[in-house]
Amino acid sequence: MQLHEYTISELSSLISKKEISILELTQHMLGRIEKLDSELGCYISIVEDQAMEQAAKVQKMLDKGILTSPLTGIPMGIKDNICTEGILTSCGSKMLSNFVPPYNAHVVKKLYNSGSVLLGKLNMDEYAMGSSTESSYFKKTRNPWDTERVPGGSSGGSAAAVVAGEAIYSLGSDTGGSIRQPASFCGCVGLKPTYGLISRFGLVSYASSLDQIGPLTKTVTDCALVLNAIAGHDPMDLTSSRRIHPDYTKALINDVKGMKIGLPREFIDDSVEKNIRDAILNAVKVFTDLGAECVEISIPVMEYVVPTYYIIALAEASSNLARYDGVKFGYRASNPKDILDFCKRTRSEGFGTEVKRRILLGTYVLSSGYYDAYYKKALKARAIITREFNKAFEQCDIIIGPVSPTTAYKIGEKINDPIQMYMEDIFTVPVNIAGLPAMSIPCGLDNNSLPIGLQLLGKRFDEQTIIKTAYTFEQNTEFHNLRPNLNV
Amino acid sequence: MQITIQDIEQIALTAQLELTAEEKERQLEKFNKLFQDVEVLAQVDTSEIEPLAHVQSIKNVLREDLLQESLSQEKVLQNAPDQEEGMFKVPKII
Repeated sequence: MQLHEYTISELSSLISKKEISILELTQHMLGRIEKLDSELGCYISIVEDQAMEQAAKVQKMLDKGILTSPLTGIPMGIKDNICTEGILTSCGSKMLSNFVPPYNAHVVKKLYNSGSVLLGKLNMDEYAMGSSTESSYFKKTRNPWDTERVPGGSSGGSAAAVVAGEAIYSLGSDTGGSIRQPASFCGCVGLKPTYGLISRFGLVSYASSLDQIGPLTKTVTDCALVLNAIAGHDPMDLTSSRRIHPDYTKALINDVKGMKIGLPREFIDDSVEKNIRDAILNAVKVFTDLGAECVEISIPVMEYVVPTYYIIALAEASSNLARYDGVKFGYRASNPKDILDFCKRTRSEGFGTEVKRRILLGTYVLSSGYYDAYYKKALKARAIITREFNKAFEQCDIIIGPVSPTTAYKIGEKINDPIQMYMEDIFTVPVNIAGLPAMSIPCGLDNNSLPIGLQLLGKRFDEQTIIKTAYTFEQNTEFHNLRPNLNV
Repeated sequence: MQITIQDIEQIALTAQLELTAEEKERQLEKFNKLFQDVEVLAQVDTSEIEPLAHVQSIKNVLREDLLQESLSQEKVLQNAPDQEEGMFKVPKII
């Protein structure tokens, strides 16, 4: 087995026993990126020199006993919308193609402090607006299982890198499914934590009431380790929760006896590909064979979760993206006629088509005359959706279902039909609307040998039940060990 | 409800975006398609429902007005497209 194939927990043990050095591991990972990334396109920036310097520094601190975290020496990749001091943070956009943040995001600071080594910044849809990583200004990322297909998005680089062994773990961000859907398309574990559990300080804002940072890993154990490192209150984010978070590794328990697992009938209807429905039903059987009880439930809001989501997300986006005016940072148009031309051309030349579309739609639903019919209506629908999920959780401990109605599709197949792409977010967006935590874990392969993801939705701040359920599934199945054949 | 090219132009102006004729047409087509799907929302009975802007009950966070460390002027200006004497420089406005 090669080093990039190991999990965080395995590598951590090898490092602490001094069977491998952090420099050796970092070197290996950089070599792996060198070999693979020209084809897969996971990274926007690779920081070789910094990675080697950091590896040497961390090794010294480990030897002196100053650093003892399970993440010490573990090479990571970070999505390119999370600020890293001194390292380009482009958000996948021409607008920020020259932006070098003067500070670290809260999560980056925490991971550096735990001794994790940064390899580089990962590709994404421009401003995290997309589900295929095709709208990046820089490049397309390819799915490691079939390089003709998309890795999902918007955290496509984050998912593909973990699966291809170009990072041991990564961070992504999830506004409407952007961690879970690529994790599902690429076959890794992806967690969107409860809104407020992780500080958003230093995350480039898309839709502030929905955005949340989370880990992408090979296993549920690794997910718990990274979550332990990044969770917690941060005074720099006013929406950051003050509650003390538990040690998530304590939830790594192989037992679902007596648990009530809710399966909403709306989650396995005909809109979902048959291979996926079968895989979900198989997962239900795994759980019931282990002593859990499956409860059929109904969440009668699914026809309007997507419109509700898009109205809220795009309204917030149009407001958040008003800051890009060419004055303080980012792209600036040259030779403007006057100040209006300066601002308009900066924005028109700096943003791509999909970002412009979302700004226009968001501006429209917030404009006077339409505000009540769309934005306010969507906020009311949000209240109903949140209430219905709360009601559903009175009948069960956890809800399961698919992540996406399809597996990974071909590059170029859906890019001209963005509205169809929006509609496919149906199973992921309600989680963001209601602020819930949810995880995607591998639960099978379809007829084309493409990964299928199982989604586990929990109550607010109940990541432990998700981790316990997912861990039990992992311990009793082999799907998490499936890897693409990359011929290297 | 049908959205028109004039609507798109008005929204683009509000959002400070400049669109080519072709871009306007393309965006218009997607707009109308999306708003067809959004119509379903109008059917939802929300008469007794209060709007929910945020899942958390957010309260204003107050702190003592104490001097704290912040970014240096140099760091703040580090990404400025143009600067002069410690200030952001923009084209003449008036």
